[in-house]
Amino acid sequence: MNRMKGASALIETLRYEGVKHIFGYPGGAVLDIFDAIMDMKDMEFILVRHEQGAVHAADGYARATGKVGVCLVTSGPGATNTVTGIATAYMDSIPIVVFTGQVPTTLIGNDAFQEADIVNITRPCTKHNYLVKDISDLPRIVKEAFYIASTGRPGPVLIDLPKDVMNATAGFKYPEKVAVHGYNPTYKGHTGQIKRIASLLLKSKRPVIYAGGGIIHSNASKELISLTSLTHIPVTTTLMGMGGVPSDGPLSLGMLGMHGTYAANMAVTETDCLVAVGSRFDDRVTGKIDEFAPKAKIIHIDIDPTSISKNIKVDLPVVGDCKMVLTTLINMLKAKQEELSDLKKRLASWHETIKEWREAYPLEYTKGKMIKPQYVVTMVDKFTPDDAIIATEVGQNQMWTAQYYKFKMPRAFLTSGGLGTMGYGFPAAIGAQVAFPGRTVVDIAGDGSIQMNIQELATAVQYNLPVKVMILNNGYLGMVRQWQGLFYKKRYSHTSLAVSPDFVKLAESYGASGIRVEEPSDVENAIRLALDTDGPVLVDFRIEPEEDVYPMVPAGAPINNMLLV
Amino acid sequence: MRHVISVLVDNEAGVLSRIADLFSGRGYNIESLSVAPTLDPTKSKMVIATIGDDQVMEQIKKQLNKLINVIKVVDYTGKESVEREMLLVKVKAEDKGRAEVLRMAEIFRAKVVDVSASSYTLELTGNKDKLQGFVDILSPIGIVDFIRTGAVVMDREMQKRRRL
Repeated sequence: MNRMKGASALIETLRYEGVKHIFGYPGGAVLDIFDAIMDMKDMEFILVRHEQGAVHAADGYARATGKVGVCLVTSGPGATNTVTGIATAYMDSIPIVVFTGQVPTTLIGNDAFQEADIVNITRPCTKHNYLVKDISDLPRIVKEAFYIASTGRPGPVLIDLPKDVMNATAGFKYPEKVAVHGYNPTYKGHTGQIKRIASLLLKSKRPVIYAGGGIIHSNASKELISLTSLTHIPVTTTLMGMGGVPSDGPLSLGMLGMHGTYAANMAVTETDCLVAVGSRFDDRVTGKIDEFAPKAKIIHIDIDPTSISKNIKVDLPVVGDCKMVLTTLINMLKAKQEELSDLKKRLASWHETIKEWREAYPLEYTKGKMIKPQYVVTMVDKFTPDDAIIATEVGQNQMWTAQYYKFKMPRAFLTSGGLGTMGYGFPAAIGAQVAFPGRTVVDIAGDGSIQMNIQELATAVQYNLPVKVMILNNGYLGMVRQWQGLFYKKRYSHTSLAVSPDFVKLAESYGASGIRVEEPSDVENAIRLALDTDGPVLVDFRIEPEEDVYPMVPAGAPINNMLLV
Repeated sequence: MRHVISVLVDNEAGVLSRIADLFSGRGYNIESLSVAPTLDPTKSKMVIATIGDDQVMEQIKKQLNKLINVIKVVDYTGKESVEREMLLVKVKAEDKGRAEVLRMAEIFRAKVVDVSASSYTLELTGNKDKLQGFVDILSPIGIVDFIRTGAVVMDREMQKRRRL
């Protein structure tokens, strides 16, 4: 057995896990680890400018690749700065492993310099977390952490590393197998239940599939597309499910929920058979829960048993991996060709109804003298390749992107769906660009959100990561202002960003490029110029200040109760 | 409805906190709690008495199972089982009252574990209702101090035989 220092052993465990990139920030408690990083081979360390950026970058890296994202920060404030990022990853089920430094074990609990009890702090927002008290436990703990983060319903795992443990020496052997007796996710769905789904679907008259982030996490996009083409059942996706089916496919209804399409929300309200796959009946999706899919038998396929019958009573639950369950379901349906063709015939009138809804209220906006944000997103869609990775911040920019960008493939949309973290998009885009240096990566931002992690421009410039940031600059915290406008009598309390930086000069001061666009006629050229420019670019689109996102379901209202203009 | 559930967990630091966090974070109640290592010292068993309707109970059990350190969850509601709590109670016992306290102790099969000139300390084991009954009887006499454990529970062999 090779004897080595804890810090070197840590790097060795990462090598065994196939880690290629680590996002992080150094500090006193992790000096030994950073010293070992100097000798690290085949792995690259990306120095961010704020620990929150490190976690979002690891998260964006994980969403884009499907692999575990890794970050490393110091103790105390370094560790607490990761909390928002960890909670973001937890809400959206993203596999990341966060290593935090800790004061020496002898000082834990002594209120030592830069001490924070990060294991306790992050307990409710990690899938699991560890404090390594003995160097001999390190290989097992790292192995377990990567296993727990990436399997079942994925999620963040944190490992706290006291300085003396990293400085201790021990024999190193990486375990070949991992066994966590309290953790056995169910992958294969119950065959009898899946049979029941098949027969329910074949008997249905107005079925709808409601697909969520689970489709992306389990790489079940291909299976979902096969299911829809086999049955002609229309699909609506959640924000997290975007890209699970191509947004402009004939059976795609677009997003449902608070800012969902009219057709999607009406279809869910009228359906007699709702198939929820890898989705969790979030309040932004269901609106008033008692009136959600009121006419439907509800089928729910999810790997997490706690998601089932949590918010809504489900008629037919299946616990399992979306990809495996859909594969079984497709095979069962294929054996019933006659009933399948009956179903397809029967669905003709359902498709007719949906077509009427689509035509009655398509997603649309009026052109004006000023730049419309929807137009910017449409043009970004037009000029970016099909495999472009699009990140968003949170708020109006996020909803306009979900509505107007036509996603062609999974793992190409990075957005903080569950936690709604402003400042997520830019570092996430950086993480995705690290994973895919050759792909186009765009962050569609607001002038509020972008300022929450603007410091990462330095990271983008330092590592030559050509992320393009499209700022939809309306001078407001637009989504909150929209609610104040609609529900608080236009009392715009502190949502006006009266002072903002000159984004062009700001970009230039970091060594990036900046473009300002004020005329609608300049939008296309600016986007093309940004995409053709080497290195990171900030584009400051001065948009219509009081443009709102529609359709909109007021919070707590049933989802067929939409404000359309 | 009241449920008594047992939770087999890894006997390591922070596990109690994970479970307590789960209950408080999701707004579930803990009526009582008892924890001790099992015969295998690497594991502990917790018995939690809690209150909730069927949907809440289903979520509690599923959420507990989701914790990595939780190995097994058993709900004893509707099962043939033995449930016990223990209490220690110090009762005022002066003059004529001393005999009365002892008589009550005998009726409830409580043990006298400490005696002083002015009080008796009694130990009683039983289910929740029996303990409550004892407390109600002693209250008028004068309770000086009182402490009660959480419930512990075990299934009855009867149930297994009935299944045969």
